[in-house]
Amino acid sequence: MQVYLPIAEISVNAFLLLGVGGGVGLLSGMFGVGGGFLITPLLFFIGVPPPVAVATGVNQVVASSISGVLAHLQRKTVDLRMGTVLLAGGLVGSAIGIWLFNVMSTLGQIDLLVQLSYVVFLGAIGLMMLQEGVRALRRARNPTAPKRKLHTHNWVHNLPMKMKFRSSGLYISVFPPLLVGMAVGVLAAIMGVGGGFIMVPAMIYLLGMPTKVVVGTSLFQIMFVAAFTTMMHAVTNNSVDVMLALFLIVGGVIGAQVGARMGLKLRPEMLRILLALLVLAVCGKIAFDLLWQPSELYSISIPGRF
Amino acid sequence: MRFLVVLALCLLAALPARAEEILAGLSQKQLSLTVNFEGSEILVFGAVRREAPLPEEGELHVIVTIEGPPTPAVIWRKARRLGIWVNVESMRIRAAPSFYAVASTGPLEQILSLDSDLRHRISTRLAIFEAREDATVANPAAFSDALVRIRQNENLYQQLESSVTLERDTLFSTTISLPKNLVEGSYATRVFLVRDGAVIDRFDTEIDVQKAVLERWLYNMAYEQPFLYGLLALGLALFFGWGASAAFRVLRT
Repeated sequence: MQVYLPIAEISVNAFLLLGVGGGVGLLSGMFGVGGGFLITPLLFFIGVPPPVAVATGVNQVVASSISGVLAHLQRKTVDLRMGTVLLAGGLVGSAIGIWLFNVMSTLGQIDLLVQLSYVVFLGAIGLMMLQEGVRALRRARNPTAPKRKLHTHNWVHNLPMKMKFRSSGLYISVFPPLLVGMAVGVLAAIMGVGGGFIMVPAMIYLLGMPTKVVVGTSLFQIMFVAAFTTMMHAVTNNSVDVMLALFLIVGGVIGAQVGARMGLKLRPEMLRILLALLVLAVCGKIAFDLLWQPSELYSISIPGRF
Repeated sequence: MRFLVVLALCLLAALPARAEEILAGLSQKQLSLTVNFEGSEILVFGAVRREAPLPEEGELHVIVTIEGPPTPAVIWRKARRLGIWVNVESMRIRAAPSFYAVASTGPLEQILSLDSDLRHRISTRLAIFEAREDATVANPAAFSDALVRIRQNENLYQQLESSVTLERDTLFSTTISLPKNLVEGSYATRVFLVRDGAVIDRFDTEIDVQKAVLERWLYNMAYEQPFLYGLLALGLALFFGWGASAAFRVLRT
């Protein structure tokens, strides 16, 4: 069955879309990640124009984070103060990202910018996760190996304009969280991702937040930044495809529920290594497309359309 | 009275005699791009009407063209920079049809004179209008060729030589398949009657391609009320994202 996407103006197989949504949902449920960084490149591969893929991907992030945010708010595992600071940075970052996106669009280099961002970030994150996963696997086999210290004092704690974050038990400058939020906002706008894969490590290792509130707080920030970015893309580029989003969301929420149950049966270290390999595979495919001589050197773009 | 008859005869003689006329019909004049649109086949058929007996000499041919709404376009050329393939050079096209099919009773270069082709802009390359002021590109022909090649690969440009059947120099028919990735708008359909390379008659009609109701509505809203559209997108995301997990929670308990 074919589906005509009114904004992308292409016709794609409905089951393929549900499969992409469901598959990524399954993975996000298993690994506890948002999945935006997988959905957007998969949409490129099936022929959705990158601006539509990014804008619709970020819309899907809103759907995949709402239930998590509500659950964490109920359990009071959201540092609202920290979340708001991160969000303020995120909104500024998103606006910068949208501006950059539109400048690159008019220069005809938006596809390149999006692809390069994916190669760099997926590559870096994939390698880091792989390293973490392998280390964790070794530690599980050999429990006497030294553990890494979690909370350390670093340069972050010596900056001005300190603020108390009671839920996190922190007294730090507002600049690091603002900058972290901003970086995530830029990525949301350019890559169509939530940015959890950047924010969670930054919150733990850079800001020194306790793991208990990290996931809820990052989801809180991600949902609002993604909602803001969706609006920005809709208003400035008209590139959000509701029909496409609907298929991805429906596939995604079902997949996430199934995945969450499957994830409980697998060993966490193995999960992390599997996810790392998956991320690296997607990164490799995009890098390959950039590095290999394409079979068609020319491409057509139509002003005002994707 | 006699004077009037003579006058009428003179007038008739003065008019260019249209010995042969072409009449055509289409199997479909309206297409709706519904959610499950998978392309469509258009049958173009018709007949040659003659007042005089069939001329002894000269070959008779029929050419059918369907042209989708033309749009400006930018063609980019990639080259390797710092090891990666990036867009480096571009050429603007003033107007190129979003769809173009030429079906004929024989190879165009054999059945149609260059003069008639130029006048009626029948062959694919003549349907594309390059922007003349773009003199920065070294080899503009390569860019236009690429446009034709890319769209041919997507079945958006079709050269269907010898696909029109013409029976006893009178009845003709052909089918042209429109692909699934159509742009909406009015598709100009022309039928040319060609004798000895010259166009002696043409018939013009159009096919109306429209997005279906829901798609039309979403598209218009996205462009005319983007803020409202953005809110709709968010609303749907929140509703389905929250709704689905709530439904699963109910199912589990």
